[in-house]
Amino acid sequence: MAEQKHNEHLLELACPVEGGDFIHAGEVASKIKKTLKEIGVSQEVVRRTAIATYEAEMNVVCYARRGKFYLTITPDRLKIVVQDEGQGIEDIELAMKEGYSTASPQIREMGFGAGMGLPNIKKNVDQLQITSVVGEGTRLEMDIFTQC
Amino acid sequence: MTLKEMKEILNAEVLVGGEYLDSEVRDAFAADLLSDVLAFAKEGTLLITGITNPQVIRTAEMLELMGIVFVRGKRPDGDAIKLAQMKKVPLLSTRYIMFETCGRLFKNGVKGCIEKVENGRAEA
Repeated sequence: MAEQKHNEHLLELACPVEGGDFIHAGEVASKIKKTLKEIGVSQEVVRRTAIATYEAEMNVVCYARRGKFYLTITPDRLKIVVQDEGQGIEDIELAMKEGYSTASPQIREMGFGAGMGLPNIKKNVDQLQITSVVGEGTRLEMDIFTQC
Repeated sequence: MTLKEMKEILNAEVLVGGEYLDSEVRDAFAADLLSDVLAFAKEGTLLITGITNPQVIRTAEMLELMGIVFVRGKRPDGDAIKLAQMKKVPLLSTRYIMFETCGRLFKNGVKGCIEKVENGRAEA
């Protein structure tokens, strides 16, 4: 389960996610949301982080074999890194386009896979970096500034 | 209106959250696409949907929605019900179709949580 440690950063959290596990999908986002609320992060930041993290978690569950979420909180920002092992993304620019999707009918039946996930993540974070190696996996780095 | 008044207007059954029926329904969002809900629904909004899997409850949790009405007589399964109980998300089920559900609520003063979408962004 999640490991939590305090050191030079205010807080660090690492949570694994299993691909294809639709029953537990959302638990990591839920845990991160709860953690942020407990330490008193502003409601607006909690909301944006929860949406971005949940979308990213659904991406891992829908498209990857497994992944890991790393949350780091420093005085000025939250950083969430999602590293997955899976098929990777061939064309990141295309994947960022609203409406572009490679989702299976099952994923669409669940109410996802409309090609809105990555654009919605981008809309909710202050900085987003995506790197991917086809056949190996994808890495998302999301930064959310906590001070204006 | 309150959830209780809404329950009567929609002739709905309360599946979870009978203790929250005094909560005020301020505005609503209706969709069968959770990606759209995640993109456009606001905190405290009522969700009207035909999606009944546990992800709809997770979505409500993430956005802090005030409750969910399932349309077309749909009912979530045990996993989703359990999750809703745990997360304290009121769930109601109505036999009205989505159009009728929205129309009846709108006629009784419930507005959309946003009015329009322009270039993928919500417009007030």
